[in-house]
Order: sequence, then C-alpha cells, then structure tokens
Amino acid sequence: MDSAALEPSLYTVKAVFILDNDGNRLLSKYYDPELYPSMKEQKNFETNVFNKTHKADNEIAFLEGMTIVYKSSIDLFFYVVGSAQENELMLMAVLNCLFESLSQMLRKNVEKRTLLDNMDGVFLVVDEIIDGGVILESDPQQVIEKVNYRCVSEQAYGFVLFDYITGNMEAQGERRQLL
Amino acid sequence: MIKKFDKKDEESGSGSNPFQHLEKSAVLQEARIFNETPINPRRCLHILTKIIYLLNQGEHFGTTEATEAFFAMTRLFQSNDQTLRRMCYLTIKEMANISEDVIIVTSSLTKDMTGKDDVYRGPAIRALCRITDTTMLQAIERYMKQAIVDKVPSVSSSALVSSLHMVKMSFDVVKRWVNEAQEAASSDNIMVQYHALGLLYHLRKNDRLAVTKMLNKFTKSGLKSPFAYCMMIRIASKLLEETEGGHDSPLFDFIESCLRNKHEMVVYEAASAIVHMPNCTARELAPAVSVLQLFCSSPKAALRYAAVRTLNKVAMKHPSAVTACNLDLENLITDSNRSIATLAITTLLKTGSESSVDRLMKQISSFVSEISDEFKVVVVQAISALCQKYPRKHSVMMNFLSNMLRDDGGFEYKRAIVDCIISIIEENPESKETGLAHLCEFIEDCEHTVLATKILHLLGKEGPRTPTPSKYIRFIFNRVVLESEAVRAAAVSALAKFGAQNDDLLPSVLVLMKRCMMDSDDEVRDRATFYMNVLQQKQKALNAAYIFNGLSVSVPGLEKSLHQYTLEPSEKPFDMKTVPLATAPITEQKTEIAPVATSKLPEKLAPSRQDIYQEQLAVIPEFQGLGLLFKSSEPVQLTEAETEYVVRCIKHTFANHMIFQFDCTNTLNDQLLQRVLVQMEPSEAYEVLHYVPAPSLPYNQPGSCYSLVRLPEDDPTAVSCTFSCTMKYLVRDCDPNTGEPDDDGYDDEYVLEDLEVTVADHIQKVLKPNFGAAWEEIGDENEKEETFALATVRTLDEAVNNIISFLGMQPCERSDKVPENKNSHVLFLAGVFRGGHDVLVRSRLALADGVTMQVTVRSTDENVVDVILASVG
Repeated sequence: MDSAALEPSLYTVKAVFILDNDGNRLLSKYYDPELYPSMKEQKNFETNVFNKTHKADNEIAFLEGMTIVYKSSIDLFFYVVGSAQENELMLMAVLNCLFESLSQMLRKNVEKRTLLDNMDGVFLVVDEIIDGGVILESDPQQVIEKVNYRCVSEQAYGFVLFDYITGNMEAQGERRQLL
Repeated sequence: MIKKFDKKDEESGSGSNPFQHLEKSAVLQEARIFNETPINPRRCLHILTKIIYLLNQGEHFGTTEATEAFFAMTRLFQSNDQTLRRMCYLTIKEMANISEDVIIVTSSLTKDMTGKDDVYRGPAIRALCRITDTTMLQAIERYMKQAIVDKVPSVSSSALVSSLHMVKMSFDVVKRWVNEAQEAASSDNIMVQYHALGLLYHLRKNDRLAVTKMLNKFTKSGLKSPFAYCMMIRIASKLLEETEGGHDSPLFDFIESCLRNKHEMVVYEAASAIVHMPNCTARELAPAVSVLQLFCSSPKAALRYAAVRTLNKVAMKHPSAVTACNLDLENLITDSNRSIATLAITTLLKTGSESSVDRLMKQISSFVSEISDEFKVVVVQAISALCQKYPRKHSVMMNFLSNMLRDDGGFEYKRAIVDCIISIIEENPESKETGLAHLCEFIEDCEHTVLATKILHLLGKEGPRTPTPSKYIRFIFNRVVLESEAVRAAAVSALAKFGAQNDDLLPSVLVLMKRCMMDSDDEVRDRATFYMNVLQQKQKALNAAYIFNGLSVSVPGLEKSLHQYTLEPSEKPFDMKTVPLATAPITEQKTEIAPVATSKLPEKLAPSRQDIYQEQLAVIPEFQGLGLLFKSSEPVQLTEAETEYVVRCIKHTFANHMIFQFDCTNTLNDQLLQRVLVQMEPSEAYEVLHYVPAPSLPYNQPGSCYSLVRLPEDDPTAVSCTFSCTMKYLVRDCDPNTGEPDDDGYDDEYVLEDLEVTVADHIQKVLKPNFGAAWEEIGDENEKEETFALATVRTLDEAVNNIISFLGMQPCERSDKVPENKNSHVLFLAGVFRGGHDVLVRSRLALADGVTMQVTVRSTDENVVDVILASVG
C-alpha cells in the first residue's frame, strides 16, 4: 500500500512459518534481520497473524504492514510473509511450492503428526525453496528431487494394518514368553 | 518394520507433538552418541532434528554447549547417509553464529562442493558461504567461479544466490565473478536465469549505463523465467523513474509488452509498475486497468486481492480510469475475503456517484468489525476523501465515524478517524457541533495522549464560537481531574480560551483555573497561573496576544537566538523581534492520502529552508551585519530551460537590504566559466552595494554568485523595483572529455530576463489562528480602507488567489476557500512586514460584472498600510 516503489531485489520472502491449530510454532524462519529481531516480537507477530487468519480460509491478508499469504490443511497453517509492495503472486508461488512439496513428501498426509514425524524432511524442503529470503526453487517436483527424502509415515500407515494383524500377535507372543 | 522414532518417545510424548517437552540439556546429552562407532545414522538424524527444532523454537544455546555439539556433529561427515549429511549442512548454517570455530568444517564442505555427488554440491556451497568470511573467501574463489557456471542447475543457483548474500560482505571479490554470472544468465534453467540476473543487477546497480545495457540484452534475448521478468520490470521502472524518461522510451514499451505475457505474475507486475509510475496519463493506464479488471473475476483470492488493491491505488489519482471496472468491483463487495471486499468498496467510494454512497456505507458497516486495523484505516481514508467530494453527505459519514470511534482499535486507526472528523468539521461549518460532540465523548475514554491533546486544542479553538460553549466546559474540566500531565496541561489551555472569549463564562473559568493552580504538575500549574493572571486583566489585546495567537516564531530559530543570548550576556532584555518568523506551513493537498503503511514514518523536525539560507549567507564576509534574514523567496527562473547557462534567483530580504542569490549552471561541456557575476541595473532608487562572484563554474556543477542591494531609506513606500540582469564572466574553452581548460580565456556576457521585486518579497506569511482577536489587538489606529474594481477577474476564486499570491500573505480562518454559489466573500490575510510590523488585511469581495473589492488594512506601522494600499492599486 505504500507509494514507494520496490527496489529491484531477489530478497522476496521476509518470513515463512508453519503453525499448528493452536497457533504454536512448529517451524519458522525470518529472513530479514530487521523484521522482528527478537524471539518475543516474532512470536507476537505469529500470534497476531494466527488470530486474524485461522477462522476464515482467505488465502491472503495484510497485517502489521506486511502482505501475508496462507493456507491451511487439517491441523496445520502455512504462512509466507512479504513486504507490502511485494508481488502477491510471487509469494503465492512460494506458498504453493512449499505446500505441494510437503504434500508430495508426506504422501498427501499434510497434518501435524506426519509433519512432526518427518520434521527433518520439512526443514530440508524449506531450505531448498528459500535461501536467506531468495526464492531458490519454485517447482515442487524439483524440490522433492533435490531433497530426495524417504517419508516414513506412509510405511507407518501401511504397517498399521500389518501391525494389527501380525505385530500384535508377535507382541502377544513376547508377552507370553515373559510371563 | 521400520519406526523412525523410539517407541518411548511416542508413548511418553504429549500425544501429538513428539518434540513438545524437549529438554535442551537432555538433547545435548544424547548428542554424545555422535561419537560412537559405528555411526547410527537414524538415531543421529533424530537428535540433529531435535537440536534444529529447539533452535527454531528460540531456545538459547550457550557458546560452549553449542561449540561442543557442533564439534561432535562434524564427526557425522564420516557417514554416507544422504539425509544425515543434509541435516549436518542445516546444523552448520543454524549454528554459524552461535558456535565458535565453525570454519573447522571448511575442508569437508569444500570436498562435498567439488565432489561427484550432485545432491550434496548445492547445499554444501550454501553452507560453506554461510561460514566464510572475507579472508577465507579468496581461498574458495576459484571453486565459486566454477560452481557459478556449473551445468547442474542446483549447483549454479546455489553459487549465485550465495554470491548475492556475500555481496554485502565483500563486494570487491564478488564483483570479479561478473563474467561467470553473465554466462550463467544464458542458462536454460529458469531459476539459474533469475538468480544470475539478480546477482548481475546487484553488482551493477550503481552504474546506470551498464544496467541499461544489461536490460536491453535480456529484453531482446527473452528470458523464460517469470521471476526474472518481474525483476526486469522492476529494474526498468526504476530506470524510467531515475532518468525521468518519457513514456515513449523503449523501457516503457517493454513493460507494456509484459502485459501480454502468459504468466499472471508477470502481467500483474507490469500492470502494477505502470500504475505506480508518476504522471501517467489515462490512456497509458487503460491497458493496465483492463488486465486488472480481468483479474477481479479470478478464482484465486490472491489475484483478486492484488488486482483490487492496485485498482484502489489508481482510483486515488485517476478515478475516471477505474469507472469501467465498477461492475466487477460491485461483485467483489460481498467477497468472503474481507480485505478484498473492503478494498473493493473503498475503490467504489472513490469512483462511484453520490447516490451509491449510502448503499456502500451500509454494506461496509455490516462487516467493519471483522477486518484488520490496517484496512479500517483504508476505509476511514476513503470516507475522508468522500467528504471532500460530497460535502452534503457529512451526516451519514459522521454517524459512521462516531460508531467506528466507539469500537476497539489501535492508535493509527483512532488517529485516522479523529483526523477525518476534524477535517469534516473544518470543511463543513454545519457539522461542527455534532463533530465536536462525538470528539468530546471520545476523549472521555481515550488512552492516547496525542489524540486527547489534539482534540482539546481543537475544542479550545472551535468551542467558544459555538452557540452554547458552556456544554464543553464539563468535558474539558473532567480531563483536568482525570488525566495525565500532558492532557491536563492541554485542558487548561483550552479552558483559558473559553474564558477569554466568553465573558459570561469568565467567572466560572476563573474558579476552575484557581483549582488547576493546585495541580501536582509544574507545567499545569504554570499554565494555570499564567492564564489566570492574563484573564483577570480583562483586556482584549492581552487575550489575543497571549491566549489565542501563540508564538509566531520558528522554534529552532528561537532556540538558536536564546542560546546566543545566554552566550553573550548583555543588559538589554531578550527581544522577540530578533527571532526569525516561522514560515507558515503550506496547507498540504489532501488528495495524496497517506497509505496504510505510514506508521513507521519518522517524524523529525527538519531545519526550515530559511534557517539553511541564513547559515549559508552568514559565512560570506561581505554580508556581515545585515541583521536577521527576514524572508527568502521561491527560486525564480531567469533563463529558459535548455539554454547554454541556466540561472535562477532567490531573493533574500533583510531589514534594510536584499541579497540576490543567483544559482548558475553551465551546461556546455567545452567551457569553464570563471569570475561569474550578475550585473544588475535597478529601475528605482535601489543601490547595488556589492557583487560576490562565483570563482569558477565547471560543466554541470552549479555555483552561486550574490548581489547585495540597499533598499531606499528615504522612501519607505518604494517596495517594487525591476532589475535588468546581465551575467558577466571569463570563458576558458576546455576539452570536453578531460575538462582540461585552455590557458587563456576571454570575457563574455549573457543577457538574462528581468528580475522583479514586489510587495510580496517584503512580507512574511504568519498564521493567526484567531483572526478576529488579532484584528482587535492591532486596533484601528492606522486603519485605512479603499475600494477597487477588478475588471479582468471573472470569479471570486480567481480574485482570492490573485490577492494571496500578489500580497504574499497568509490566509486565515480558511477564508481562502470560497463556498460555492456565493456572490460575496471576505478574505482575511495576515503577515509581518519587513522590520517586524504586523499587518492584517481584510478584503471584502463582491461579484457583479467584474469583482469589486474593498480592502481594509491595519498595521502597527502607518507606512506599511500605505505601502499595501499603494501596491494593490
């Protein structure tokens, strides 16, 4: 909303964060050291953003002089923050890439539990998409290839049934042996 | 069966978050297994994840423990597990600032960066550059150059982006990689293109020619990356702005061609760039507006938002250009995204007709509580603009604003509302009482000191002139009882104004004042005592001088004069007349309404233009002893634009002298001018005392020469004079390339346009907040009156503007605005004449065939009255 023109720069993203459905931080990266330098300011900002956005899935908001694009999935909220003058569609491209990459990596189970089980992969995905505020990659396919991460939850889910049929029997067997 | 995390974690964890109750010390304890052989990649990976997670949560790591963990981590480079290695890179980046001796991993990273495994190379480069400092950069320079031109896109991108980060640290080294970056820019990979373009621009941005060349090259070769296109549009519009290139330039054509790009991102960037260009015509805007119109019906919220936000911007300057989109905007006012709906409505308020205002206001009040403060401010600003456009709608607006004032909201929001109400009150006299009532109600419960004092000041100014001033006293005195010191002091000042203006209220005001004199705060007590004593005198002149119209001197000037006075103690009391007057602020045009993100604008008191001139002139020895600078005029051009020499003149008026400052610029690159002065031939009894030449005037470097003129002493009414001016100088031809001048030169001269000194140069504008009181204060001792017929003037507006610019005086009481459909008007002007004589002009205008004007002048000096009347005639 500011009339000041944007200085041409690759530094597009000011911050990225993922919150759970209580507004707790799961992951957050601030790329502009002048924006909310202290942890307290960052958390205040996140709380404010969460309060203003979690009720309606509106995709875009303008808060504290920042353009914020966001997306939610089950019990997760993904946010990408840019300056007021930033091209909203560029921020959207980053958000979509982040979401699509995680969705592919987590085999469509984009929810808190799976995300936390694969937290290392999530860190790596964010690292491949943005480097110090510069968009490094915006194609989810490329991101997935670069990270080359094997998700565990799919197996875990696959094994739930397996576990139910066989694992439990084994466990029972073990228990019997103990007795 | 493979389970990633320990069974224990899952069971004892808090159900949903395995990281919730992590203890830093426990995690660091666990980190000891990094030293076990063989390395267990899965467990180590888990622990590294925990460490990064803790860092991300803001957990503080001491230097020792961080260093310990870091060194343990370095052992993990022995493992070949891919994810583990990648997590090591992340840990290095996270810990780069908190651990010591991070450079220990340099060799491991350099190995990975140059190794065969492409998966490691890019991330290794980024980690390496994170821990590299200026001294070590030389060592890896060779690898960086190779990496930038590497055929693997991820390697090249990583190297380019890391180089960009390092530009801040060591520009000179990175600058040497410009050829490699150039080569990378022609890569097929779209991200590599984008990053190369970004790096090249950062390296060259101080060299406009190089940037232009680069842009030309890329616009011709055509990049594929939409990001790169956005970047190029930004560079192009910045260049256009800097060079003030016309809209026929190839840069503009490039931006316009991007409106037809296949990527929405690029199209939007181009449209936004065109909209933000200064002085764009409606025709140039049209294509941009029509793509934005298309975006309005996009299913993507972000695109709709971007479009309507940009249209809102257009509507501020060119409402008519957006009218075509009204239908699309109408569809957006029920958008589920309230930000979009708000922007759509405020845009419509700017472009729509008066009849739609009521409907839109109703619509917006239905969801105003749901939107964020930032957008509420947008709404208030739109309303404020609307009130200026349709003054008759003020009652609807006022109701709406008062409701908003009652809602919760931050300071910026409240301030916007208060400003808006105040501007409505000033524009519409009939809304004054309702507006003041709303504001009174607001300060009853207002936590913002700045707003409370502002409103109290307004009440003091406007309240006494309403039909029932007594009803405001209660609100004001409540502040004295309940509020902080600053507010109490402001309330006391406001009370005093009521007492001074309303005789029947005076006794009660005095009683209240007496109570304020018992206040615990010094400032409040001082003010109360001061006003008490002034009021008890019951003299109109005293009231006018000390209560209504405060100091008219410039505050920095007063500070400087007082400081000077304390340095040189003298018997004489300090004389207020020696302090330079405050230049009345030019009332800003309200059309450029401050956008939302203004909250961070620093508000500082810059020294006024006049203070700067005063200092510049004081250092010239010839100009000592002239006294204080009274007034500096706006620059007057004495040459046509685009001539060989450009000369403009600033007239500085002193008590008995004038200094003419000629700012000259030599636009010929094959000439060096020396000993430049402007010879002046006055038409009246003005006497030129001194010329101060400019010693030398090289190509394109402005220089100043001065002339000192004594004003005629025997005839104080001779205020206007015409000077014919000739610039005289010594020319030395010189080499256009090196600027090396020839040894000898020749004298030459150049005739300039005539310079006029008018009555306005002798008068400084002063704003009298209460003109009536000031008028009474001066009294009718030196009053003179005369009637003139202005045959050539057709409207009252024109007459008012002519008088103001001719006399150079400050219009008071907003009398410079002529109400519509009126046949008569009274204009009040105030100023100070050279030598420190107050002068007030009341001018009654009547419109018949031409305009008839009756001028009444009052001043503390009789001569001044004659001067003004003589010059008007």
